[in-house]
Amino acid sequence: MKSPPVIARAIARGFSGLSGERGSQLLPQARLAGPMPWVIAIMIALTSIAAAGGLALNNLAQAARAELSGGVTVQIVEADPAERARQATDAATALAGKPGVSAIRVVPDAELDRLIEPWLGDAASGDAAIPVPALIDLRLSGTITPQRLGELRTALAGAAPSARIDAQADWLGPVFAAISSLQWLALALIALLALASVAAVWLAARSALGSNHETIEVVHHLGGTDAQIARIFQRSVARDALLGGCAGLAIGLIAVFLLAQRFAALGSGMIDGGGLGVMDWAILALVPVAGIVLATLTARFTVLAALRRML
Amino acid sequence: MERPMNGNGEDIVQFSNVGLRYGTGKEVLSDVSFTLYPGSFYFLTGASGAGKTSLLKLLYLAQRPSRGMISMFGTDIITLPRDRLPGLRRRLGVVFQDFRLIPHLSAFDNIALPLRVAGVTEQDLQKPVADMLEWVGLAGRSDARPATLSGGEQQRVATARAVIGRPDMLVADEPTGNVDPEMALKLLRLFEALNRLGTTVVVATHDLHLLKKVPDSLIMRLDKGRLSDPTGALRYPPRRQAALS
Repeated sequence: MKSPPVIARAIARGFSGLSGERGSQLLPQARLAGPMPWVIAIMIALTSIAAAGGLALNNLAQAARAELSGGVTVQIVEADPAERARQATDAATALAGKPGVSAIRVVPDAELDRLIEPWLGDAASGDAAIPVPALIDLRLSGTITPQRLGELRTALAGAAPSARIDAQADWLGPVFAAISSLQWLALALIALLALASVAAVWLAARSALGSNHETIEVVHHLGGTDAQIARIFQRSVARDALLGGCAGLAIGLIAVFLLAQRFAALGSGMIDGGGLGVMDWAILALVPVAGIVLATLTARFTVLAALRRML
Repeated sequence: MERPMNGNGEDIVQFSNVGLRYGTGKEVLSDVSFTLYPGSFYFLTGASGAGKTSLLKLLYLAQRPSRGMISMFGTDIITLPRDRLPGLRRRLGVVFQDFRLIPHLSAFDNIALPLRVAGVTEQDLQKPVADMLEWVGLAGRSDARPATLSGGEQQRVATARAVIGRPDMLVADEPTGNVDPEMALKLLRLFEALNRLGTTVVVATHDLHLLKKVPDSLIMRLDKGRLSDPTGALRYPPRRQAALS
């Protein structure tokens, strides 16, 4: 028997059917009344905060590395102030002519006193004070290797026998290790939140399948395909995820902004390096997009897997 | 066992020694064999529990048999992958005994559903659905939800949904059970009109008076899961015997 003209035309156009608003009407859903948008909003907010934390830590580590790369500190550990001053001057003179040394600065005593004053008070300054090593801040071009440090030590052995040489980056090695651990923790949190989101969408999709079982059966009997039915569910979940994602991103960004202001108020040089750049904000804006894609795909695969068990 | 006549273009449905059991229970259908031809009108009768609904489930592809062979539109249903079932289902119209209207959709949207599933645009489906609503006497109730419709009105919506796509085969389970005699006759006339256009119609009914209303119809009588076919007319219909001779 020939199909009615309306169906024949639809087949000729290759329509998949049940598209748009009409398809989504098949599932009765009171949006926002259900928990799905709120669950996704919470997940996206937490993911945004974790991602912002990870990105800030990455920026902080990079800024600190850039600041400290090429930095070498020479300490003249000598109790006699006159001898200490002489060795510091001789050391600076000896180092100035070395290849690869781009800058050299003997840290003035007054600056040293200011640095240690918060810990030792006034007792640290003056002639009768606790002997504090003289410091020379040295900048080297290129990478600092143990071999280069060894060459500097050899060069200073005659001019300043009390000199100790350390790469500045070595001091902050444990700090960098801690930052790296926090970055991994942020990544792990994001992965766990994604997993929790998948589980929430999976449960919601299963529940929706159960409560709409009769409707699905009818659509099947009318010739609806698994893909058509899955599309109805994934469209519904995508809409919930969009609502939840926008709300979650807004909450997350407000939290990140407030935290950033708190950290900025610390006025610490190292923390200042942990600000977020344009690219970082763009990455944060992509968090809800990733959430929507993840939720939609989860809904699709959950529904398709369940439908495969039906005839 | 007789081989089904797959793909010869003559039969629309062929059952061959079909048996059906649910789980590990006893067979609700046993050794059912018959052939349905395009443009034929069949009444399926039998006492309650005879297996009418189970046979209809096999006909509208809601169930696969436990044994035997079924061919539909020249396709072997037993080995057919499930992703090809929707294509066959779109050639069927089904009136369920319990209507199975989607409760949150209006009468209009319930009737339009098969067309939407088939991908018909909103513009194209407005007139056929409106015409169908008028034909079943529900033109003024197009926005009504099933819960606000009477049993008879729901049955008419279910019937309209089954025939709107002008199916190759219409399967109706007690389609006149909840309507008054006048509407029952009207629905039967609708089925006949479809039948004249080439649709094979299978109507399961308890109402023996209904059988007399369609003179050219064939009777399929089920008794305790077995099809009564003393003359072999269902298994070897006269038309086919004539064609073979």
